[in-house]
This record gives sequence, structure tokens and C-alpha cells, in this order.
Amino acid sequence: MQYLLKPATAAALLVFAVACLFLSFSYSQSSASHEDFMTTTSPVGYAGGRLVVSLRSEPKTLNPVTSVDISSREVIAQMAADLIHINRWSQNTEPALAKSWKVSPGGLQYTLKLRRGLKFSDGHPLTADDVLFSFTVYLDENVHSPQRDALIVGEKPISVRLVDAETLVFELAKPYAAAERLFDSVAILPKHLLEHLYKEGKLAQAWGLGTSPQQIAGLGPFRLKEYVAGQHLTLERNPYFWKADRDKHPLPYLDQITFLFVPNADAEVIRFQAGDTDIINRISAEDYSVLEKDQAAHSFRVYDVGPSLEYNFLFFNLNSVLPPQSEVARKQNWFRQIKFRQAISLAIDRDGITRLVYRGRATPLWTPVTPASSFWIDNSIPHPARSIEQARQMLQSAGFSWTSDGDLMDASGTPVKFSILTSASNSQRTQMATIIQQDLKELGIVVQVAPLEFRSVLDRIFQTHDYDAAILALGGGDVDPNSQMNVWSSSGNDHVWDLGEAHPATPWEAEIDQLMEKQLSMLKPESRKHLYDRVQEIIAANLPVISLVSPNTLVAAKDKLSNFKPAVLDPHTLWNSQELFISTPRSATHP
Amino acid sequence: MSSSKKTVVLLAGLCALHLAVLLAGFLSPYDPVRQNRDIPFAPPTPIHFAASRSIRVSSPFVCAIDENRNEPDQYVENCRRTYPVQLLVRGAPYTLLGIVRSNLHLFGVSAPARLFLMGTDAYGRDVFSRFLFGGEVTLFAGLLATALTLILGAILGILSGYYGGWVDAVVMRGAELFLALPWLYLLFALRAFLPLSLNAVQAFLLLIAVIGIVGWARPARMIRGVVLSSRERHYVLAARLFGGSDGYLMRRHIMPDTYSIVMTQAALLIPQYVLAEVVLSFLGLGVGEPTPSWGNMLSTLQQYSVLASYWWMVIPGLALVPVFLGYIILASDLSLRETGRT
Repeated sequence: MQYLLKPATAAALLVFAVACLFLSFSYSQSSASHEDFMTTTSPVGYAGGRLVVSLRSEPKTLNPVTSVDISSREVIAQMAADLIHINRWSQNTEPALAKSWKVSPGGLQYTLKLRRGLKFSDGHPLTADDVLFSFTVYLDENVHSPQRDALIVGEKPISVRLVDAETLVFELAKPYAAAERLFDSVAILPKHLLEHLYKEGKLAQAWGLGTSPQQIAGLGPFRLKEYVAGQHLTLERNPYFWKADRDKHPLPYLDQITFLFVPNADAEVIRFQAGDTDIINRISAEDYSVLEKDQAAHSFRVYDVGPSLEYNFLFFNLNSVLPPQSEVARKQNWFRQIKFRQAISLAIDRDGITRLVYRGRATPLWTPVTPASSFWIDNSIPHPARSIEQARQMLQSAGFSWTSDGDLMDASGTPVKFSILTSASNSQRTQMATIIQQDLKELGIVVQVAPLEFRSVLDRIFQTHDYDAAILALGGGDVDPNSQMNVWSSSGNDHVWDLGEAHPATPWEAEIDQLMEKQLSMLKPESRKHLYDRVQEIIAANLPVISLVSPNTLVAAKDKLSNFKPAVLDPHTLWNSQELFISTPRSATHP
Repeated sequence: MSSSKKTVVLLAGLCALHLAVLLAGFLSPYDPVRQNRDIPFAPPTPIHFAASRSIRVSSPFVCAIDENRNEPDQYVENCRRTYPVQLLVRGAPYTLLGIVRSNLHLFGVSAPARLFLMGTDAYGRDVFSRFLFGGEVTLFAGLLATALTLILGAILGILSGYYGGWVDAVVMRGAELFLALPWLYLLFALRAFLPLSLNAVQAFLLLIAVIGIVGWARPARMIRGVVLSSRERHYVLAARLFGGSDGYLMRRHIMPDTYSIVMTQAALLIPQYVLAEVVLSFLGLGVGEPTPSWGNMLSTLQQYSVLASYWWMVIPGLALVPVFLGYIILASDLSLRETGRT
């Protein structure tokens, strides 16, 4: 007979195993002093249960370093954690994996203290090395992480240094306002699983959807259980999660979250009505009113969270790098006139848009900052009422005149006609364009609405610059003005009306550049707000973008869900997934 | 002769419908692009005949529509004052057939009351007026595209059948290529390359050109078949013997043989092409806002909320059914007569 192990070895192993068990027992006895668990303040709930959430498209990857699409990020947010987190409810930063942090007086040094005794979802302990490794990866140019841009301050990447096993120092090349917000959503990666892939240069391809759950670990409340292509992705409770409720019960409460892939918004509503899903993360105003009517009969509720951060706006093609003979270049003679843009803004019926497109569940805007960021919005920006009369005077003083048929023509006698580009898949924006078309008809302007497939819309705006005007929406991310840096600074990637400016095309764009740069290095929110107010004033006066409306954040969820607190910031519903629980008491077994 | 009577009735009905959409300006009470932003998705306005219990029948009247204060999407009638439905009223100006300018409408009510026979759409536009004007676009797109297809198909089919040889080979391989192309995807690609600012007339003509050119292959093949047999007929051979030129033979002796098949094909193609317009506009490839067509009116039904809440938005879709049936019965009558004759 052949033993797999020699009896003596086996006995030694047994003794060792028992000793380990005993040690781990005594360790968990005294864990209160070794583990810095975070305690939440929400009402205490029941453990168990499963949540089904619809997702409009399948995630492309589970890799926090390379993910860009919304679906991937939504799933990854449940599986990963960051050092400092923006609380989606209070919109302020709060400690996450870092227990606390200190800012040096000049604002150049951030000292973070890590929580002790934390483990990844595969049970492997979290150390400062993992944090160092994560930042090395994010900052590596060859990895092409979308987070990299944000981590470069004053043209130099943030540097990370280990002081002791629990203390990390982050150094900035220049003072950066609200730099702690940069840490949000920078997921800390497990070095033990990813280091060899990083060294082989395969990190970007790591953690695809085909990866087995054992190969993926994170610090979020849930971990991967199963992925079925085309159908669903299921996460299970992370037993090592580092938060506990007031009664010291470990979080999260839920056993599982299943993301169900549905093709579009309508299917999302129908599946929800049928009871297949428990939450819809974002619904349109039309669907809101459909669901609102039968929320009493079915056991769900719709929530109107109020204005979102999204601002819809109309803008004209002001790109300077166009062939001078092109049709658009000729029309730019009108678009470049501030009075022309002001007249357009005056003629637009924002209340009509709010009513017809959003059933009143939206806020008319005169500045791109929405009421959702109550601190940053400049309330002194005037809200001129719609006036065709004033708009006509404005156009007249800019040298425009009208034919006997009432058509507007410019000083050279050319009739004023242009098209508005919108995304065909977004019925709201196409509707807005149709309303504006009718509004501008009253000024004698002929507008064509051009709904195109979203990909070609982006192509025309960002690549070929072949369009007259377009309607877009921006502003999902954060309340802080720094998140809009890319839009307002003249060299920004989202400076939609004039992309790729080598230097500011107009004096007011130069002033915006200066103001945005200046607020970036100021640490006091009040002085930053003062500067950002001025930016808003300049935008309102020069109208590079004509702000239209901000839709309300609308979500729906089953009644049985407790601790449900939909927030304005993304992800609206699952940001506190660890605290969600099913309110009817039930045994912890799976349904 | 009951079948020919039926055909006459059908023809009369279809003619009446086409005439009605041609006279859309006169028959519709409102401007089809005029938005009434205070009443989106208002249901069809009820027409009353009895003012009270004591008066049984009066001339028809309507009440003003108010918004329900408690529910923003709901409307209530306010019958404190009534507004009689009037005939031949002055209203929004329109141009009939591109020639006659007028502002006389068959019926209407005086403001502030409004008469929406088929309710209003998302912008508060009168669906009935849009239905008539949209029918003009949709039905005539079908007719004109059919004419284009049949002219192309007849020319290519006759040439191919008459000459045979390499002409036949080229035309028929071309036809097979056309039948095999994935048209919808090509159209999407085409739209992405076209200039953004197409006005309604340009878009309409483009639509006709696209639908018409795509479909020539099938009629061309059928006509070629007819020509193949008729060019061997004795009277054709006799005429050729007497020195008739190719053009003369095709025009005088062969083309008349294809008439019946052309007629039947027309009756079959028109509803197909009406549907093609509806499909293309439904997908946003047709005539753009604000010009109505049945297809782009139906495209709002892509939104689940509209489909679930506002039944009157389906009317253009329902109207397609009798139009199709009319044409298809007409086509089968024509082909029956054809088989009866030969």
C-alpha cells in the first residue's frame, strides 16, 4: 500500500492544522483591536436575500484599470473599493480603505493611514504594498488607464511613498483643490493576483469576463460568482468586507446581486413591471409616469430624486480648423456672433422643453451648473424670459434682416439655415431639437433636425467637425468644478464647440482658462466658488453652450427594499448596496 | 360582372383616399406642424350632440379642454361654454397641390376651444391634420416609387428579353446582385454620408429614388419572361419580316403584351412601397421632422410609454390595413382578369 503522505508527515500536518485553527480562533476573539472595520450609521437590517438589477448592456470587462463603459463600471463599483470615497448621499469625501488622512499646510502632501486587518475578497490580507502596486499600475503610461489623466497634477504624476506599513504619503507637484476627491473610484488592486500579469505586460487584458471567480478579488462588498454571457452576471456577498452596521453585524446584508442584461430602456421597464427586477437605476420621465400610475397596485415605488448633474445644451460649431470654403465655415459667420447666439438662447422655450420632453420633471437651465450642485451654482445668473421680440431686436442690431416672407437673412442677403445634430437613440434630445426648430421658425430661421446614430454624432463632433449645431448632455460625474475642467479649459478633450485649440481662440476663453487654472490651486472652497461663479458668468454672457434643461434623477425600486436612498451622483441606486436589505424577515437561505 | 363592379368600388375608394390626402390642407382643421405646448397627448376631442337632457339633438359642438390640476397628463372637459363645430371656416393658411393658396378649412371650431379628431401628439400637434398631410407623403411616395420601379423594370426587362445574349446576361446578373444586397444596412450607411440639412422635399425625392431604384429587379425579370415568349410570336416575326425596326417592334408589338403584368405588378408594389416608406421613416431614414408621414408619426411608438398610454397614436398604422387590402384585392382582380383573357 502506498500512502500519499508518510504517516509522520501527516501527523505533523494535523498538529499544525489544529494549531492554526486555535490561533485563528484566538485571533478573531481579539479582532476588535486588530481590525479597523468601518461602522455605518443606517438602520440595522436583516441578512440574506438577493437583488436583481437590470443593466442596459453587458459589461465589457471586470478590470478596474481599463474599464470605460458605464455597465462595466457599475459592476466593478460593487467589487472594488477606493482609499477615500465620495459619499454619494452627502457628496462629501469620507474615509474608506484609508482610515484617515492629513493634508500638509501647502496642500502638496497627503498622508493617508490605512485600515488594519483588511482582507481582499479571496481572504488575502491587504497591505500597503497593494496600494503602491495599484498606483504604479494606474500611472503606468503603457497600461493606458483612463484614471491616469486625473492622477496627473501640474503635469506630473502623483508620487506615492511608504512611510511605514500603514502610512502612505502622496505628493503633488502643485497644490490641487479637493485633491482627496481624486482617490474616489481608484480601485485598490490585489498585488498577489495581478503582479505577474503586470510584469508580463498583460494587465490590460486581465480580468475579462471569462476569468474564473477565483482569479478575481477586490475590496468591495460583493465578489464575482458567475457570468453567463448574454444573460446575467451574479455577484455574491464578500465575507471579508470591511464595514459593519451599528450592531457590529458584518455587511453587506444581501447574499447576492444579479445584474440582468436587458437590451434597452423599454425592456428594462417591462421586466421591472413584470417583477423580474428589483431596481431600475435610471428611468425616463415618460416611463416614470407610466410606472407611477401602477405603483400602488404592484409593490414598487418610483423616486424623483430632484435635479441631476446632467445638463443638456445646444452648441454651435465654432471649430477654427475647418476648410475655409466649406459650408460650415460660411455659416460660422453667424455662429461666431455673440448676439446671434444670445438671440437663439432668448428664443428657446425652456419651459416648453421641461413640460413636453420631461413631463415637468426637469429644471430649465441658464448656466451649465445644475441645481444639484447647490454650492457651486451661481444663483446671480439672470434667467431672461423667452422673448421673440428681444431676440429679433438682437438679430437686427447684429445686421440681420427679414425678407417679405419673414425669413431671416444675414447682411449679405443669405438666408439663415442650419441643422441640429442629435442622437437618434435619444428621443429626448431629438424632441428638444424639434421644439427648438419650431421656436426658431418664429425668428424666420429654418432649422433641420438631423438625428443620427450616436457613434456618427460623436464622430462628426469630435473628429470631422462636420456639423452646424448639436445638442449634447454632459456632467454625470461629480459636483466639483474640477470634473468640468475638460469642458471649459480651451485645450480640454470635451471643449466641444472648438476642439484642439492650440491657444484660446477668444479673450473670454483665455479668461476662463485662467480662472479654471487658478481655482485648481486654491484650497478654500469659498474662494474657488468665487472664481467658478465668474466662469459661469462668462459662459452665460458668451454662450459657447446654450444650456437648456437638467432632467431629474428618476429611479424605481421594489417596496421590500430597505435603506434604499437613491442619490444624485452615479451610481444612483447601488452606491450603498452594502446597507440594502430585504425588509420582510426571512431565513438566510437562498430563495 | 360582380367582380368588375367590386373592382370599380375598390378603385373608387382608393381614389377617394388619395384625393382626400391631396386636399389635406382643406380637409384638416389645423396646420400640421403647429405645436400646442399646453396640451401634449390630448385624447381625441369628444363631439357632443345633446346640450342637456331636455334638448335631445342640437348641432354638434365641443367643449374646451382643461388640464387636470391633480394629474399633469390628464385632461378634463370644461363644458360651461360650448363651441359649435362650424363648416367652412378661415384658419391657418395652406397651399393646395402647390398652386392654390387659401386659408379656408372644411370644418373647425372657434378659439379657445380646439377640435382634435384624433387627439394630439407629444408636441400638442393635431394628429388628424398630420394624418392627412402624412398620407400625402406616404401614399404618393408609394405611387411615385412604383412608377419609377416599373419604368426602370420595363425598360431593362424588354431590352434584356428582346436582345438576349450579353445584354440579357448583364441585366439579369445585375438584377441578381440587386436582389442579394442587404438594403437596410446600405441605407443606414448612405444616410451617414448624406449632408445633414436635407429639407423635406429633398428627403422625399431621395426616399422615392431609393425605394424605386432598389426594386427594379423583380418586375424586370417578369417582364423579360413575357418578352421572351412574345418576341417569338408569329405577328412579331411577320412584322420583323416586313422590315420593322427593333424600336418599332418593341414599342408596337411587344410592349402591349407586358401591360397587364405591369398593372398587376403596380397593384402589388404600391402597398409594398407604402410600407417601405413607413419602415424607413419609422427608422428615421425618411422625411424628417416636422413634416409628417405615416412612418415618422408611428416612430413615436418606439417608446414604450407612448405605446402603453396613448392609443390614438396608432391610427396611421391602422389606416395602412384598408389601404393594403384595397391594393392587394385590386391586384388579384387584375391577375384574375388577366388569366380569364388569355
